[in-house]
Amino acid sequence: MHKIKSINEFVIKFANVNGSGSTSANEMFAKGVFRLGVPVSPKNIFPSNIQGLPTWFEIRVTEKGYLGRREEVDIAVAMNPQSYAEDVAEIRPGGYLLYDSSWKRNFGRDDINVLDIPLTELCVSEFSNPQLRLLFKNIVYVGALAYLLGMGIDVYVDLISEKFKSKEKLIIPNVKALEMGYNYAKANLANQCDIKVRKSNKNKGMILTNGNDAAGLGCVYAGATVCAWYPITPSTSVAESFIKYCEKLRVDDRTQKNKFAIVQAEDELAAIGMVIGANWNGARAFTATSGPGISLMSEFLGLAYFAEVPTVLFDIQRGGPSTGMPTRTQQSDILCCAYASHGDTKHILLIPSNPTECFEFSVMAFDLADRLQTPIIILSDLDIGMNDFTTKEFKWEDTHMFDRGKVLTKEDLDSMEKFGRYIDIDGDGITYRTYPGTHSEKGAYFTRGSSHDEYAVYTEDGKVNVRNLTRILKKHENAAKLLPKPIIKSVNNSKGVIYFGSSDYSMIEALDELSSDGIILDSMRIRAFPFGKEVHDFIENHDMIFVVEQNRDAQMKKLILAEANVAPDKMISVLCFDGMPITAHFISTEISSYLAEKEVKEIMKQ
Amino acid sequence: MTYITKPVNHHPRLKINKLGLTRRDYEGLVSTLCAGCGHDSISAAIIEACFQLNIAAHQVAKLSGIGCSSKTPGYFLKQSHGFNSVHGRMPSIATGANLANHELTYLGVSGDGDTASIGMGQFVHAVRRQLNVVYIIENNGTYGLTKGQFSATNDIESKSKYGEDNLFPAIDLAGMAIHLGASFVARSFSGDKEQLVPLMKAALRHKGFSLIDVISPCVTFNNHKHSTKSYDYVREHNDSVASITDFVPIGNTITASYKHGKNLDISLHDGSILSLQKISKNYNPENKIEAIKKIQQSEQQGKVLTGLLYINPKAKDLKEILDVVDTPLNKLVERDLCPGKEKINQINSSLK
Repeated sequence: MHKIKSINEFVIKFANVNGSGSTSANEMFAKGVFRLGVPVSPKNIFPSNIQGLPTWFEIRVTEKGYLGRREEVDIAVAMNPQSYAEDVAEIRPGGYLLYDSSWKRNFGRDDINVLDIPLTELCVSEFSNPQLRLLFKNIVYVGALAYLLGMGIDVYVDLISEKFKSKEKLIIPNVKALEMGYNYAKANLANQCDIKVRKSNKNKGMILTNGNDAAGLGCVYAGATVCAWYPITPSTSVAESFIKYCEKLRVDDRTQKNKFAIVQAEDELAAIGMVIGANWNGARAFTATSGPGISLMSEFLGLAYFAEVPTVLFDIQRGGPSTGMPTRTQQSDILCCAYASHGDTKHILLIPSNPTECFEFSVMAFDLADRLQTPIIILSDLDIGMNDFTTKEFKWEDTHMFDRGKVLTKEDLDSMEKFGRYIDIDGDGITYRTYPGTHSEKGAYFTRGSSHDEYAVYTEDGKVNVRNLTRILKKHENAAKLLPKPIIKSVNNSKGVIYFGSSDYSMIEALDELSSDGIILDSMRIRAFPFGKEVHDFIENHDMIFVVEQNRDAQMKKLILAEANVAPDKMISVLCFDGMPITAHFISTEISSYLAEKEVKEIMKQ
Repeated sequence: MTYITKPVNHHPRLKINKLGLTRRDYEGLVSTLCAGCGHDSISAAIIEACFQLNIAAHQVAKLSGIGCSSKTPGYFLKQSHGFNSVHGRMPSIATGANLANHELTYLGVSGDGDTASIGMGQFVHAVRRQLNVVYIIENNGTYGLTKGQFSATNDIESKSKYGEDNLFPAIDLAGMAIHLGASFVARSFSGDKEQLVPLMKAALRHKGFSLIDVISPCVTFNNHKHSTKSYDYVREHNDSVASITDFVPIGNTITASYKHGKNLDISLHDGSILSLQKISKNYNPENKIEAIKKIQQSEQQGKVLTGLLYINPKAKDLKEILDVVDTPLNKLVERDLCPGKEKINQINSSLK
């Protein structure tokens, strides 16, 4: 029997029943690998369901640091008879299947290695509580894997002890379950598995976390005090992270009162309304949502754009359209965010690619919102939002000061003859604002979504309206200079690739794959909209550009075509929209087959 | 007349309040509403109430939605910041603004379309959360700005100006607000300044959600014979239940709530005293069940119940419920808000 042999490069997939407590065990398994110094990228592939449906958890272990999703499974831990057939079919020839052999079964594949562990029998013999029997099956297989992969048991004993630090009673039975699995595998499955995890040193300066947790923490560091939100997958954990960190870090020592206010709103309309109201009044406020919420918030986004109120909004994209695939990932809100709301509106987008950037961009978003007095939308997605990644540590300097933008104080107003909210004094399109209550005689104005003059007074004068809209456009265009620059890797090739967001991990791997096939491409990762000079130059300097996106309609390509001076036929789309994170294999196959076909066509022409 | 610029000078003997301001100092731009519009009387009542209470206008934020009513914040308190938001969404703007700085006074002005239809969801939840706001509904039973469609507060027996029947029953916003937990609920009539101004003053001093549902006739589209929101109809059917006869602001030594003959004095959270004249015998505006019963009885009798319908002077507001620090959140700075480098390093360690 062929056995896959590998050290620190493999994919293990857990197939479980939703609601059986498997996720925390699977996460613990991943963290054990991470602690041994090997980069990991766990992905929770879950249904829109609370209990009963199949759920999967894929972990890619990758010494090389390729953290994107890879298809084909090296080790399957099949815990769900409902999905046995498809789980077993995915295993690569020579791969391994670990299952609960309390009920023996023939899987009909003679090219894989079946590892029998009677998980239920082991748990029934050891634990009397039926619920614990079920939960501990998960821990037992973690113990067995620790043996099979040669990881040793200590790393998991430590993790259990840390996890249940405050509930010590749980440590003993958990460790017991872990040992049961470890010892069973040692006694019955010695030398059965040739895939190993070997201690490495690749995780120096790295942490294991997800984008939503990082974004919520970023909001705390950015000084956000008001969070108004409406629960929606996959954005809920942004607000939950903010709540968690605020409760730890933002309770006043002396009074025990909160230096934050969180409102679970009645809907997304109210959530964004509260954010606009709070920002208008000088507090930093944000909301987090996903596609359906963006649709509902669009009216208010137009108000914030036109009345020029700072607003911070996280869109953790999921599969659309409509309700779509709430628990799957996509990058399909680009156009609806870039141009959200009726009339001429354009919004600033920040597009992070990893949890570290989710933290950094969320800190940056509040400064940008205050500086530019407009909505800032952080376009993340389910993949980087909800899945843990091996990512760079968060950095912070205590010298960091918030940029609150152009806000006039009482003293400023004292020295002014007449305040006009929308007068472009500095010529950069950004005007001065005041917070309510600043001055007893000057500085009051009427914020409105109706057309207004420089003094915020309602006007139906077309010339004034043109002047105002033109100034807002100027502000938007100038914004590009303040936004994160694209990440460009160039050796002055004529061919290039543009990508963004969570495609980064797979793109890096795909570029390596292509280059080993002799296809060398320059690359640019877009990190913000409006596009800056670097983006325009990259497009101009390449004859053929692939645009890799996780949506059907080539939304980023369309945005580029709408906003940059570019010949449409030099842009070639690579589109993945099945809801699973894009893979390197998909990207490199699409690109190489396009190029091969083109070559054939050219030969035919000659 | 909207084309006439408002003169700045005023009568030399115009009364001056404790801030050294006259009533005129509380005005805004010239109203662009129809001559005789009930809403202008409400603006005048707001001006009078703020003048009498010596409120510094810049410590007030005026918020509104969309519609005739929502234009009115332009016509009073020119030294206040105003926010004319989107249709029916003023409550959420007010909620955010209030969380950012609880020290200002928030005056929300809405209409029956803005509140009872498009904005019903936000209204309901702002009440439920005990947002500290004075929420004025300028209720004329019609969509004036789009020329006379029925609104959801229009009574079923009412007819439109053009003779069409209203097919659906009215939503009683005051009754609903009591159900939802508003701690100050009043109904009044724009044509009754004597009743409205004291109610406004009390609402401004009350902490929590203060609703004043003001019947405010639309002279252009809903002031005809078969309307139940016309000047004539409301005057004929007005049934005042508990009028505020006096309002003693903070500083007075009376702190306890007690009954005195037909009058009832209620002390507000800041020590201000409300003195009520109970026109209706045995009516106790601190009793929620009684208030709801009385409202429904009056409705059955075809009367418009006005006055202070319900008050709970001890209610907590949103800021207290959320246990937010006393310093307004918009005044907190880096050292209050930013946990710093040491903490980020601890967090990094916990994620390894």
